[in-house]
Amino acid sequence: MTDQDKILSEVTQGEYKYGFFSDIETDIIDRGLSEDVIRIISEKKNEPDFMLEFRLNAYRKWLKMKMPNWAYLKVPPIDFQDISYYAAPRKKPQYESLDEVDPELLETFNKLGIPLEEQKHLAGVAVDAVLDSVSVKTTFREVLAEQGIIFCSFSDALQNHPDLVRKYLGQSVPVADNFFAALNSAVFSDGSFCYIPKGVRCPMELSTYFRINSANTGQFERTLIIADDDSYVSYLEGCTAPMRDENQLHAAVVEIIALDRAEVKYSTVQNWYPGDKNGKGGIYNFVTKRGVCRGVSSKISWTQVETGSAITWKYPSCILLGDNSVGEFNSVAVTNNHQQADTGSKMIHIGKNTKSTIISKGISAGKSNNSYRGLVKVMPGATNSRNFSQCDSLLLNDTCGAHTFPYIEVGNKSSIVEHEATTSKIGEDQIFYCNQRGIDTEKAIGMIVNGYAKEVLNKLPMEFAVEAQKLLQISLEGSVG
Amino acid sequence: MSVITEKADLSLKYAAHYNEVKESLREGSPQIMNDLRGTALQDFIRQGIPTRKVENYKYTNLQPSFTPEYEFIHQRITTEVDLNAIFRCDVPQLDTHLAFVSNGWFYENNRQLSELPEGVLLGSLEKMATEQPGLLAKFATLASTADDPMVALNALYAKDGYFLYVPRNARVEKPIQLINLLQSENDTFVTQRNFIHIEEGAHVKLILCDHTMNLNKYLSNSVTEIFVGQNASLEYYALQNHHNNSASINSVFIHQERDSTANTLYSTLHGGLIRNNLKFILDGENAEANLYGMAFIDRQQHVDNFTQVIHAKPHCQSNQIYKNVLDDESTGAFSGRIHVVRDAQKTNAFQRNNNLLLTDKALMQTKPQLIIDADDVKCSHGATIGQIDEDALFYLRARGIEEKMARLMMMNAFTHEVIQQVKVEPLRDRIDELVDKRLRGEMARCHDCAYNCES
Repeated sequence: MTDQDKILSEVTQGEYKYGFFSDIETDIIDRGLSEDVIRIISEKKNEPDFMLEFRLNAYRKWLKMKMPNWAYLKVPPIDFQDISYYAAPRKKPQYESLDEVDPELLETFNKLGIPLEEQKHLAGVAVDAVLDSVSVKTTFREVLAEQGIIFCSFSDALQNHPDLVRKYLGQSVPVADNFFAALNSAVFSDGSFCYIPKGVRCPMELSTYFRINSANTGQFERTLIIADDDSYVSYLEGCTAPMRDENQLHAAVVEIIALDRAEVKYSTVQNWYPGDKNGKGGIYNFVTKRGVCRGVSSKISWTQVETGSAITWKYPSCILLGDNSVGEFNSVAVTNNHQQADTGSKMIHIGKNTKSTIISKGISAGKSNNSYRGLVKVMPGATNSRNFSQCDSLLLNDTCGAHTFPYIEVGNKSSIVEHEATTSKIGEDQIFYCNQRGIDTEKAIGMIVNGYAKEVLNKLPMEFAVEAQKLLQISLEGSVG
Repeated sequence: MSVITEKADLSLKYAAHYNEVKESLREGSPQIMNDLRGTALQDFIRQGIPTRKVENYKYTNLQPSFTPEYEFIHQRITTEVDLNAIFRCDVPQLDTHLAFVSNGWFYENNRQLSELPEGVLLGSLEKMATEQPGLLAKFATLASTADDPMVALNALYAKDGYFLYVPRNARVEKPIQLINLLQSENDTFVTQRNFIHIEEGAHVKLILCDHTMNLNKYLSNSVTEIFVGQNASLEYYALQNHHNNSASINSVFIHQERDSTANTLYSTLHGGLIRNNLKFILDGENAEANLYGMAFIDRQQHVDNFTQVIHAKPHCQSNQIYKNVLDDESTGAFSGRIHVVRDAQKTNAFQRNNNLLLTDKALMQTKPQLIIDADDVKCSHGATIGQIDEDALFYLRARGIEEKMARLMMMNAFTHEVIQQVKVEPLRDRIDELVDKRLRGEMARCHDCAYNCES
């Protein structure tokens, strides 16, 4: 067995990578993927018929597809039959107290300033019943329900709002959109569903973070956000803490639909296990994220801070269908050690007077490779459209790589598209200046990197931004010298 | 499915034709060219004529250009070059060493070549490779048949082209002008293979003019390998002026050694379908490469500039400026790749692509890429697609210049950034004049051209 297979099997068998054996009571079905498996998944979740059809349709299409190999990534072969596609998150706490948790992990938590109770949860420690997030969650639910906002797990949505799901599922990411989206469509376990009714401005940041007890939605997560006319929502995904995760392959799908004058702000902080210093292990993250600005004057903005995962393959996109709609993409991607990231955005201008902005900041260190890949396409009918893209790369040493692959296609005379990209390293004079004022080199680099990424970090909601800054520093630890 | 079979058939047609004419191709050809044909055939069959699914040909559909029934010319036909053509393509006040290449064959009765400085050799590749194979030791080392099906197709059919050798420290003061003529009674498939070796410290300027002599369909597929030695310099100007029914695929590979300089400039004013592959390898410290390109196209023409600059050694510089103006239903593409390999520190690499779209039916696709594996570098690229600056236009009009005129001035200025890089003054004036005429919608070809190339 190759190392890779070992890791994969270790991971799928649910062994905890810090060397402890965890007794997780999971509802695992046999490994492998077939129509029967999909029927079982659908049955276990008690899904309506249309959902089963959707899954089977996706599966049949997936069978005919090949894993994409165009990205600037080296992906070890993945055996899709060696994965268990249904593992319900029915877990018992692994530890009785924090003392049993890997000290290195705790140290990271402390650096991030995560409250003790949250630390316990994230590390998989039993949480005191009083402080259980369920109570918190219920309060949130009440406030949201008053406004008519639906925010629940995907399974709940299928039971309680099947019509809405049926109407919008697969609208922005069709089942056979790409290899990983098709796989997700066939086997997705759970995820989030969010519906903002007409004219409602969501009073708080919606977050998977608050939905703690259903946060472990597994490796094939599906998110569907619908913002009806004149509504607004800000949605946070992930969290800054290093998530312990048993699955090596992640293929999530996020779909956003913005109707007339609606605005959706989607922020992600991704910090999954990136593998050790020698590039062993780590999460493979193949995500399809797409928003459709279906209504006039609608707006979708993606903000992401990517520091984790061994392999990241992710292109949050906007289809600007409605006239005057706006798409935004702001990204900071950090790679260290042997991490590989191929990430960027697609902006498809179809409606008139549509605008889009892409700001991408890549930071590479160690032996990592960090690529920006993007497409800006202006259709002939998208008159007076405007795009501005800026992709900067920062190289921290001579063994890493930074690459830029933008595609620009413009089909009418009244649109203006601009793209610029730069690649450079941190100036020695800047570091010298900091050193001279008593700031050691490591801190200096942290400061400079933060300044460099500020433009994007500023777009994050307050609570994320502070943690994201610390996260950047931690991700780059040990990359100096 | 049927479409796929059809495309495969098209590639097979060209491969099958090779098997038919194998003997006459090999006959009289130099050994080094015949040696390539076997692998070239395999590589071509493996890759086929690229469809738009092939990443490197994503923006250029070559299939329609390969569909017509072409005539192949596998043996030298000593046609007399119409010397009037010389005057047609004459650039006033431009004194050059003039030579002709007709349908890919180096024209034997060229005159004036005797004036070339001592040791400089300019002639037929077929002849040189047979007579002095020693000078072609590096032949086919740059143009790999495995990476590009068009190079494979070229190696498969290549018989002749021009050969230029500039010995150590030689200075060729007058530019060498090569006129590529396409003239045939029938629609013709032309293959041309060129080789240039510039030794240490030598300097040479090259002007290439493309001309079609009648309105038949032509498909021209040329490959040029250029070796620039230490401290040598090359200026390479390509004036592309084929008529709109022709298609040409030009692959140029340039290998630069330490302290050398190479400048290329493509001026495309006409040409149906044009694909310019340009690959630079900066394989010595302090080498400098400048790539310029300017295209002014209309109707249903297509221009695709595909550049790759590989910084293989530290302390090198490269600079790319490509500008396109697209009118009517024309389509343009630019793919530029800067690759800084590991440890090629202190690299400066810049790239810019600006495009003007004049109509809603024109389409521009651009793909600037950076692949950087060293950290102490300054690399940037920029691409814009847009229109004439309305403020500047207003400024001109406020000074009493009518709108049409003002637009012409702005477009002229837009392309002039590239044209001003032409260091041969009469040529620069000439291109300026051609662009100016082109903008006014007048005939863009030479003064005294008797042919009507408006179709």
